[in-house]
Amino acid sequence: MRRWQLASFVLFFGLWELAGRWPVSPAFPPFSNTFLALVEMTRDGTLGKAYLITAQPLALGIVLCAVAGIAFGIGMGLSRAIEWLSLPVFIILQAAPMAAIIPLLTYMYGIGLTSKVLAVIMLAAPVIVMNSYKGIRNTPPSLLQMCRSFQGTRVQEVVKIVLPHAAALVFTGLRLGLAMGFIGIVIAELLITPTGIGDLISYHGSTADYPKMFATIASIVAVAAISLHLLQRLELRLFPRD
Amino acid sequence: MTEAIVEVKGIGKTYDSGVEALRDVNLSFPKGQLSTLLGPSGCGKTTLLKIIAGLLPRNAGQVLVKGKPVDGPGPERAFVFQDFALLPWADVLRNVAFGLELRGTPRPEREEVARKYIAEVGLKGFEHRYPAQLSGGMRQRVGLARALTVNAEIILMDEPFSSVDEQTRRKFQEDLLDLLRHHQKTVIFVTHSIEEAAYLSDQIALLSPRPGRVSKIVRPDVDHSRSPDEIRRDRGYLDTVDEIWGMLRQYV
Repeated sequence: MRRWQLASFVLFFGLWELAGRWPVSPAFPPFSNTFLALVEMTRDGTLGKAYLITAQPLALGIVLCAVAGIAFGIGMGLSRAIEWLSLPVFIILQAAPMAAIIPLLTYMYGIGLTSKVLAVIMLAAPVIVMNSYKGIRNTPPSLLQMCRSFQGTRVQEVVKIVLPHAAALVFTGLRLGLAMGFIGIVIAELLITPTGIGDLISYHGSTADYPKMFATIASIVAVAAISLHLLQRLELRLFPRD
Repeated sequence: MTEAIVEVKGIGKTYDSGVEALRDVNLSFPKGQLSTLLGPSGCGKTTLLKIIAGLLPRNAGQVLVKGKPVDGPGPERAFVFQDFALLPWADVLRNVAFGLELRGTPRPEREEVARKYIAEVGLKGFEHRYPAQLSGGMRQRVGLARALTVNAEIILMDEPFSSVDEQTRRKFQEDLLDLLRHHQKTVIFVTHSIEEAAYLSDQIALLSPRPGRVSKIVRPDVDHSRSPDEIRRDRGYLDTVDEIWGMLRQYV
């Protein structure tokens, strides 16, 4: 299995190298040049600095979503009134093309940290809220009947059955929320004001330093993929599937 | 005939969808005996059992437990679910002790009781396994042990063997008979299997479909003190199976 995964990477990077040397386009650097650019940017600290800047609104947004979004989703799952009021909003938000809304944030909140945190929240919150809500709502009816048949109270029902049952889906929501957060922060850094990773991408693009531009893009893809994969492994360990 | 511990009088149930599940059902369940609700699918037998358990509201009639009307679940009744209703994140010990946990029994005490019943249903050594690691038959033994821990006089069982394979079912039925007679429980049992009803029951209530009504009460002439193999070859047992089939075939 591992051998085939490795082979798949070798094949992909090999094709990339060939396509770059052909060349497909003058703006498409081969893999080797991109890799060297990545090493150089890592060594001189430009990448590290950029990630420190990008990580702030991302982390802030995800933490806010984790606290408020999970609480809100659980509230929606437990109370018909909250569900009735807010479910349509989140269903629409999940379907809305967020990139169209992000320029609005700039008008309202300027170009600072607030706008970027809000961009992350707008992308990550719907999936976090909806997963928490579904986790609560999908409690098997027979478990609830079982609790009632032993004269369990509503509080016991929520604490001992509904919440533990929802935990796995809440965690899945957090992981998917982080995936959306990565999208949100990169869009925000490209559309609002160039900072961090978004700045490196647009700067090297505008000075036609394509290996560095590609290296930055590849690095953010890798960082997102690896952190999501690690979270998924943690999830499987915490909540083993039946 | 022994006194009735549970009586249902004039029970009617119509679901919100407009389906009339039960109409004017009158039955009494003798103390210390095993009574079966038997009928084709859709005859409302599970609905009736859940009304007796207090898990479903009824539209008409009364449920009396020891002569007193009841409107919800109570400590004298324990339910065994068709789909087992076990907590997947809890091990066997916690699942079996869960009824007592909900009642606020301190942990050492409830675990001691749970261990006793885990051994009685034949699951000793499996205390720290999780439901996903058990077979269907073992999961239902957990469900039965949980119902026994709360020391209810009346055990309500909703098709407990329907998700259990045939070989396991026979063994389980035999164990169930032993266990329940030993503890002198009153059992109300829902099934669609004629053989299961004839083999286990002191009293069988046949329900007709849509809306469910009691069409006949059969008291099988079977000596339950005999061995399982003798019972399955017994004249009275075979006659009961034939008699019930004769009545049920009109609904099929």
